[in-house]
Amino acid sequence: MTPAANTALRPQSAVQPDFDVHKVRADFPILARKIHNKPLVYLDNAATTQKPQAVIDALIYYYTAQNSNIHRGVHTLSEEATASYEESRATVQRFLNAADPREIIFVRGATEGINLVAQTWGRANIRSGDEIVISAMEHHSNIVPWQILCEQQGANLRVAPVNDAGELLVDEFEKLLGPKTKLVAMSHVSNALGTVNPVRKIVEAARRVNACVLLDGAQAVPHMPVDVRSIDCDFYAFSGHKIYAPTGIGILYGKAELLEAMPPYQGGGDMISSVTFEKTLYNRLPYKFEAGTPHVSGAIGLGAALDYVNSVGLDRIARHEKQVLAHGTRRLLEIPGLRLVGTAKEKEGILSFVLEGIHPHDVGTILDQEGIAIRTGHHCAQPLMERFGVPATARASLALYNTVEEMDALVRGIDKVREVFA
Amino acid sequence: MAELSDLYQDIILEHSKRPRNYRTLEAANRKAEGFNPLCGDHFTVYLEIGDGQIRDISFQGSGCAISKASASMMTQAVKGKRTEEAEELFQKFHHVVTGKNGTESHDLGKLEAFAGVSEYPVRVKCATLAWHALRAALQGEQHAVSTE
Repeated sequence: MTPAANTALRPQSAVQPDFDVHKVRADFPILARKIHNKPLVYLDNAATTQKPQAVIDALIYYYTAQNSNIHRGVHTLSEEATASYEESRATVQRFLNAADPREIIFVRGATEGINLVAQTWGRANIRSGDEIVISAMEHHSNIVPWQILCEQQGANLRVAPVNDAGELLVDEFEKLLGPKTKLVAMSHVSNALGTVNPVRKIVEAARRVNACVLLDGAQAVPHMPVDVRSIDCDFYAFSGHKIYAPTGIGILYGKAELLEAMPPYQGGGDMISSVTFEKTLYNRLPYKFEAGTPHVSGAIGLGAALDYVNSVGLDRIARHEKQVLAHGTRRLLEIPGLRLVGTAKEKEGILSFVLEGIHPHDVGTILDQEGIAIRTGHHCAQPLMERFGVPATARASLALYNTVEEMDALVRGIDKVREVFA
Repeated sequence: MAELSDLYQDIILEHSKRPRNYRTLEAANRKAEGFNPLCGDHFTVYLEIGDGQIRDISFQGSGCAISKASASMMTQAVKGKRTEEAEELFQKFHHVVTGKNGTESHDLGKLEAFAGVSEYPVRVKCATLAWHALRAALQGEQHAVSTE
């Protein structure tokens, strides 16, 4: 490859002083697609987000010019790939305002991050009779790992209730805390409702009983600046693909002193400093938790995605998404027979709804014919669906590239649904 | 391109709004549940079987228009049929909703309204949910069957 081609492929991050949604949309090639001959209206961002050209270019550049294994080669490619991989870690550290890059563990996604904590910190610290407190709005990924742990250790899972708006009942939550509470595991933002949880309050309450706090940030990081030191949580997990990065890469943040004391998760290469058949010494942080060849291109893609988000600016993204959400909420509520599920005061860009007499599945199929992609189902939050007395909802979820016009298109699509079922 | 009206045919919409045999069955001697964990559709099919014949059938539960209409029309189609005929009907119906044997007629009468489902692969499970429950009930399985 010539140096010129090299430069051409190197991802460039555009600096955008003001938020221009049309300019942003041009960064995402897939948004030009037509679905059933209609412009794609992509409103399934809580499931996964689309990728900007900068991320696609970063992957192409890595595989075109840098591909090699990391942390062990003495050759140039390995050194370059290692540098890019570690640069991404530093980008994530700054993104979360973590104190040290050693506190940033690359995992497959938020799910793996939570499972890692459950099976390492959890098995070392949770004893018979201890309690883990979660909320009624958790994704299955922040329920099942704790059920498994409770089963293994003879511990108990307690569930803090939510009100009819889908907000955590903080008083009820605090009543669940006591000397037996060892961990509070809570979503920062609910994937099914969009509710933003009062994480600082949650951490303060947990501290009063000396419990650790894990936050599932999968639905938070794409929409708001997150500062793990200011929140003061012990663990924070998120998935790359929900913030414009590839699938298969995610982050577990943990406070260094906790991570140091935790046993490793998986055994294998890279997580050791020396191996004999008698005794194996584990590697230092963060490598102790990164056994095997990691998802190098994914990590690099995540770095590029965060660079992209930073270049647009999370404050500007949040402001824009709030406008689109407000418009969408207003328009949806005008539709007869439509009920919004999740009406918290503090809310991110999620519009979960049910239509009287029409199953969400049918809503999803008809909207797809209009080029509109939404999610229908229980959103991996079956206990929450039960709380609201619905088997499923239709969910439109926003990203930085969505527009108020797309909210209008959604409303027109729902009108079509109502015509079919009139 | 598949047209919406191929999927949501009038007869399907009509059955989804006013499902037939939608009740529990006092005289039932078999029943089975069908559950689609992905979308939450959940039906119970009740059967009264005597001398190898489906004397009566009913269903209850919740689901999308396709699954509910399919359950409703299934109850009409198999009532009075011998159990092996019902089984055969399911085979044919399955071919219709998955688009096997092309556009060739299956002698299924009204049930052929579900041919449009073959253009929507993710909805095949909706159309066959009650049928899976029926088969489980016929085979005397008491536990819930799942489409997953």
